[in-house]
Amino acid sequence: MQAVAEQVFPGALTQDQARDQAQSLANQVEQAFVNQQPLVICGGGSKRFYGRPLEGETLSLSDYQGIVSYEPSELVITARAGTPLQVIETVLAEQGQMLGFEPPHYADNATLGGTIACGLSGPRRPYSGAARDFVLGVTMINGKGEILRFGGQVMKNVAGYDVSRLMSGAQGTLGVLLEISLKVIPMPAHEETRVLSCSQQQMQTLLCDLGRQPLPISATLFHNDQLYIRLSGATAGVHSAAQIIGGERLSTDQFWLQAKEQQHPFFHPAQPCWRLSLPPAAAAVPDALARHQLIEWGGAQRWLYSEADPCQIIQWAEANGGHATAVDRSEPGHTLFHPLSNALLPLTQRIKQSFDPAGILNPGRLYTEL
Amino acid sequence: MTLNTATQHDNLLNSLLPQLGQLIPAQFIITEVEQLHAYECDAFTTMRQLPLLTVLPETIEQVQHVMRCCNHLNIPVVARGAGTGLTAGSMPVENGVLLGMSKFNQIHDIDLNNRTALIDPGVRNQSVSDAVAPHNLYFAPDPSSQLACSVGGNVAENAGGVHCLKYGLTVHNILELELVTIEGELITLGSAALDAAGYDLTAIMTGSEGLLGIIVKIRVKLLPIPASTRVMLAAFATIEDAGHAIAAVIGAGIIPAGLEMIDQTGIRAIEELMHAGYPVDAAAVIICELDGSAAEVEDELNNVISIFTGLNATDIQIANSAEESKRIWAARKAAFPALARLAPDNYIMDGTIPRRALAQVWKQINQLADQYQLQVVNVFHAGDGNMHPSILFDSSDDDQHQRAFELGTRILELCIEVGGTISGEHGIGLEKINQMCLQFSPIELQQFHALKQAFDAKQLLNPGKQIPTLARCAEFNAMHVHHGEMPFPHLERF
Ligand SMILES: Cc1cc2nc3c(=O)[nH]c(=O)nc-3n(C[C@H](O)[C@H](O)[C@H](O)COP(=O)(O)OP(=O)(O)OC[C@H]3O[C@@H](n4cnc5c(N)ncnc54)[C@H](O)[C@@H]3O)c2cc1C
Repeated sequence: MQAVAEQVFPGALTQDQARDQAQSLANQVEQAFVNQQPLVICGGGSKRFYGRPLEGETLSLSDYQGIVSYEPSELVITARAGTPLQVIETVLAEQGQMLGFEPPHYADNATLGGTIACGLSGPRRPYSGAARDFVLGVTMINGKGEILRFGGQVMKNVAGYDVSRLMSGAQGTLGVLLEISLKVIPMPAHEETRVLSCSQQQMQTLLCDLGRQPLPISATLFHNDQLYIRLSGATAGVHSAAQIIGGERLSTDQFWLQAKEQQHPFFHPAQPCWRLSLPPAAAAVPDALARHQLIEWGGAQRWLYSEADPCQIIQWAEANGGHATAVDRSEPGHTLFHPLSNALLPLTQRIKQSFDPAGILNPGRLYTEL
Repeated sequence: MTLNTATQHDNLLNSLLPQLGQLIPAQFIITEVEQLHAYECDAFTTMRQLPLLTVLPETIEQVQHVMRCCNHLNIPVVARGAGTGLTAGSMPVENGVLLGMSKFNQIHDIDLNNRTALIDPGVRNQSVSDAVAPHNLYFAPDPSSQLACSVGGNVAENAGGVHCLKYGLTVHNILELELVTIEGELITLGSAALDAAGYDLTAIMTGSEGLLGIIVKIRVKLLPIPASTRVMLAAFATIEDAGHAIAAVIGAGIIPAGLEMIDQTGIRAIEELMHAGYPVDAAAVIICELDGSAAEVEDELNNVISIFTGLNATDIQIANSAEESKRIWAARKAAFPALARLAPDNYIMDGTIPRRALAQVWKQINQLADQYQLQVVNVFHAGDGNMHPSILFDSSDDDQHQRAFELGTRILELCIEVGGTISGEHGIGLEKINQMCLQFSPIELQQFHALKQAFDAKQLLNPGKQIPTLARCAEFNAMHVHHGEMPFPHLERF
């Protein structure tokens, strides 16, 4: 396989242009730090719904594009934060590789920076890892306008604190991502989805049982008493697993893409939806909280529409070992994140302060206190 | 100890002991010098320091109490797991408390439905897999020290092993941590679910080397034991061929469960001790383990054989039984004692490099070894580019000792030069603190210090380890000029 470095595509910067642009972004942040002026970090805008209200000057990363290095035999890609996710996935696919966490795009303009900043992961998450699990290193600008590099392009690196993984899911509140190195994985040779009819209780029992066997499961989805199980891997392994699982074979290949992008009929883009993150075998969400549900990740990610009091949902999720987020895709600024515990909040605030002492990076996007 | 520090030592002891005693039984507090010697170093035995005292709490409340007492009296605290660390990470600091976590040795809950276990930090790594094996599950991180090291130490070092190419490091295999802060507060990070609200603090705790808090409980992820496992060993006549073979396997879309490499001196030393049938004339051998469903593994095995054959493998041995696989692995895992027979001392390095640079770096290491007139042996995790050059020397010879450490630094510089890092799994501790100045710029180090400040404002947790002060770097960089040239002229200095 041929080494691929410095991928050229429309919009990609040369190294010199990139250096200048990174410096100019850092200068903008430094200026904002001096003036105590809040900044709204902006990639493609595909996930602007995912967060709390923001006010401030826009710091746009959307031109900061380019794949800095990619060598398939290293299983590592390094790209600038503004690079469209689509470009990255296309380049990887050409070499038979992919992003192991199957990130949702939600729109064509999703950028790599926004993807890692949001830390969202798709159907494969329980089986091959979350966005943060694939982050090997970052170059970033902290809230003082300093350009810093943590981690690297190698698989194992334990020099210093693992700041790069901390950036995943921090939604830009700890730093502006400039460049990200990600571990990538080979695309499976074969995929097949089995569909079984069962109740939620039966699904739980079956998935617990399957989970203790070495099967190449790469996604599950339960909706309307139908359980979908995706198998990925070597052809022989997938076939033998399909026989163990039984059920019908699903004919469409669009199913998982639709699930990942929330285009499955279950999702109404105009209605606020709850996401519950729970231990996979946690109890069923009571009918009083939600009648209509879609369950992914072997039971660990449950989407629901609810008329119930948000406090009740949050309390139930917490009592069952998880947490809840209310996402409203119709309007920016309406996401409700699960409150942090009294012990965690002050620590979290001090961490924010250590990266962004003037509190200028996406202030309030995650919590009013951050 | 001078008279002054002796007085300080006694004063500290006199103020601390009564306070500790309020909640901690006297037999859990060690102050006798003879007994304290057991705690003066980890497995990096060239650095030693006696603590003020050692305390061995057995409940979380007692840990909280120790922390409150030390915080109140401004006494530093160093946590210790099993003491198998290789970077002086759990070496005590002068007039500081050593907090031994060995009494935290319970597996509290094995949750089969969620495939997790809630365990104490002092539980040995191997015990976790042993406890869940009857359920066909295991804990993936497998450092070579897994019979002895504690999972708390694994978390603090983000330990890895031969299987982490495919199954990740410790950070990928834990879900939730309970942490006692220096103020004595108990905080839960992560959750039993796959993610938690707020920042990903389990990620930042993993690999933090006891500088951010004391880990008192861990929820680990358990994986099903693979249906089939095959192990093979391939010999190569040149280092280049072996290096290319590694890259070719990965490039072909195969992620082996383990992919290890041993050089000729290593092969001979191991063979002499273990008689495992390693081909002693080869320049290098690769051990490759494949796992998955039986059909999948057969497929991959054939692929790997043809890749190795195409790249001039001189000998390929395929284990045909569990015993044969075990024999190949047991020999690899005995590398450390095997090398110990070659010289009185062995300085094991731990740097990671991009795989493509393997052959080049290996050659350069051999050149450096010649230059410093020392023998270097390489036995390492080739699949993820994690090299462990072992420098053989005799510490009773001051000159050799000095040369061994200089050579070590040169090797780490080489790792950084090719885009790698100065530690892949052993951590920084005190051993490699100076080399942190080579890998990180002053502003990056300052960011690390600021983050530490958020957890431990008074700098009481494992002070002086992992993150060097800027003053220390200035001093190191000033000393560290080779042939009148700065090692990295393009990096920012101050
Ligand atoms: C022969 C040999 C082979 C080895 N092979 C490998 C290998 O293959 N891979 C690998 O990664 N490592 C390896 N190591 C290194 C070592 O075993 C690991 O670093 C291990 O994780 C250390 O665990 P420990 O319990 O011995 O920790 P210690 O040595 O006791 O402590 C290590 C660090 O963790 C901190 N710490 C310990 N417990 C806690 C706690 N509860 N809370 C907070 N901080 C804590 C300490 O302060 C210290 O900084 C090897 C060591 C030996 C001797």
